[in-house]
Amino acid sequence: MLAAILSLGSIGLTAAVALGFAAKKFAVEVDPRELAILEVLPSANCGACGYPGCAGYAKALVAGKVNPNQCPPGGAEVAEKIANILGVEVIFTEPEVAVVMCQGDNQKARNKFRYLGLIDCIAAQKLAGGPKVCPSGCLGLGTCVRACLFGAIEITAEGLAVINREKCTGCGQCVPVCPRQVIHMAPLSSAVHVLCNSHDKGAYVRKYCQVGCIGCQICKKTVPEAYQVESFLAKVVYEHSEEAVAAVAKCPTHCIRDFTEGYPDGSTFAASIVPVKSDAA
Amino acid sequence: MPLAQHIGAPASACVEVGDKVGRGQVIGAAKGFVSVPIHAPTSGEIVAVEARPHPSGNPLPAVVLRADGEDRWVDGLEPLDPATLDPDDIIEQIRLSGIVGMGGATFPAHVKLSPPPEKKINTLILNGVECEPYLTADHRLMLEETDRILEGIAVLQRVFPGINAAIGIEANKPDAIAHLQARCVGGDVDVVPLEVKYPQGAEKQLIKAITGREVPSGGLPMDIGVVVQNVGTVAAIADAVVRGLPLIERVCTVTGPAINESKNLRIRIGMPLSHLVDACGGLKEDPAKIIMGGPMMGTTQIALDVPTTRGTSGLLLLREQDVVLQAEGPCIRCARCVQACPAYLLPTTIAAYTRLDRFEEAEQYRALDCIECGCCSYSCPSAIPLVQTIRFAKSTILARKRSG
Repeated sequence: MLAAILSLGSIGLTAAVALGFAAKKFAVEVDPRELAILEVLPSANCGACGYPGCAGYAKALVAGKVNPNQCPPGGAEVAEKIANILGVEVIFTEPEVAVVMCQGDNQKARNKFRYLGLIDCIAAQKLAGGPKVCPSGCLGLGTCVRACLFGAIEITAEGLAVINREKCTGCGQCVPVCPRQVIHMAPLSSAVHVLCNSHDKGAYVRKYCQVGCIGCQICKKTVPEAYQVESFLAKVVYEHSEEAVAAVAKCPTHCIRDFTEGYPDGSTFAASIVPVKSDAA
Repeated sequence: MPLAQHIGAPASACVEVGDKVGRGQVIGAAKGFVSVPIHAPTSGEIVAVEARPHPSGNPLPAVVLRADGEDRWVDGLEPLDPATLDPDDIIEQIRLSGIVGMGGATFPAHVKLSPPPEKKINTLILNGVECEPYLTADHRLMLEETDRILEGIAVLQRVFPGINAAIGIEANKPDAIAHLQARCVGGDVDVVPLEVKYPQGAEKQLIKAITGREVPSGGLPMDIGVVVQNVGTVAAIADAVVRGLPLIERVCTVTGPAINESKNLRIRIGMPLSHLVDACGGLKEDPAKIIMGGPMMGTTQIALDVPTTRGTSGLLLLREQDVVLQAEGPCIRCARCVQACPAYLLPTTIAAYTRLDRFEEAEQYRALDCIECGCCSYSCPSAIPLVQTIRFAKSTILARKRSG
């Protein structure tokens, strides 16, 4: 009994002395500002700033390598706090959100075959270019959902990705994972978008999608400064987003949508959602 | 005529719209070593060089030929005498004739026949196994065109002097075994009857069944001194060398419950699938699934307007009631896929890692050794798309290796 107390106690004492010595001797100097910045950052480690996680960004900020406006999830509030800690001026940038440029769900866009494979857009795209006839529409198999660290993307019951504009932080992680490049970043302030990604001619688009842009130019004729039509696809010029509203009702295929009114097809965001990630295997 | 008809770099079109071509004329030139030229299947006029529907499902570059009905051979196709040729000249002739693996994998034949000098080839195996259920094209070829096959073996024996040749045939084709044994009496070709099982037509499995040797992981048959060729490929080699004819024809099985009359057809490569259906008395009902190749590894087609290619060993038309349309369920860890895997992999483990985007682990579990035979998906009671998942893992792993 006594031997055990003595031996374990002495091991404990030796280790405590060694640890205490090491803590003093090998202490790493951390800039207190770095810790303070880490406190205010959202800790999502999304990588949108271009640095390896929030700690990497904090280090870069203290080193003066980067302006404090590089954290989209944190937005203006965090940028201001960081600027206060560092004592620098913050240059505000327009916050962005991701937009799925497609409304062609399983009701509105035609499929070329029944897809029963892996629930993943990249895998589906490798099989004969994906089940949709449209070469650039949303496949709705949720690869972007899994890429989103903020739970801002969901798939509707009819198989279309929709992005919650309140939850989206603009980090852009969903953009590169989409095999059809259907997600674009756009300024949060502009609520009007042409929700189509197909560059096919109008006659083809009509064959496979009820809500695709057919390149008819009516929007451009209605508000010339607010729309651009390039290779049969209209786009909103976001600087003139407010004027663009005038053309929403004119679009013959209803592919121009105003998000201030709600989400595509009039559904609320909480519309029936299918489970995306199957837990099989 | 699609320009991508083989594994490796697709050919590039070497004709222009308006050109008149003869049967057997080169219309697509080979690009690189692992590539072969493409030949016109009949005489006629080139009407387009553009992307057209392809069996892969995506439009791919193709040369569109309108037949003139004369079926006139191009000039300059001369038969050669294999007895007087060098092995290198024979291999060059095989390459120029566009010979690829006719079992369906379409790997250029000249590449297999050109091992690096340090690898000594001592065994030639002819694959008469018939790669997949439903297909009978190789069976009929062995019975009806034995001469071409034996000529082809003689050509390959010229390329590799002193090689041991063996033909592997499954025991469910006793007529083909008896016929070939009778023809090979006293010769130096062994006819080896094999147990009936799938996937024995895959070369690594066939080598093990015939020689007992196993190809190492990541290795090739040439590493253990073996070359495997399909009987159809060997017959095409005979045509190319002995008769000087390029590869423009093949035997294709058209079958399935949705077709009126199942047949083995000798087809001109490039014919649309719809012509094959017409030649077999049309469809009984609208097919639920159109498969080019066999049921296990074939590629499902969206419509019948795609052309046949050099690898079209079969066309299978299934009805709604023949197709399992089951939604994917959870893995119940029954390990049937593990028992079924001929490459001794753990399909469900690889698939699980793939779903988690953990491709390093998938590679450690030897995802790249998968031969995509389809046994795991077929055996899975939960209808998990295992092969598709593993294929996805393979392509991602290879893409990451290429990008470094």
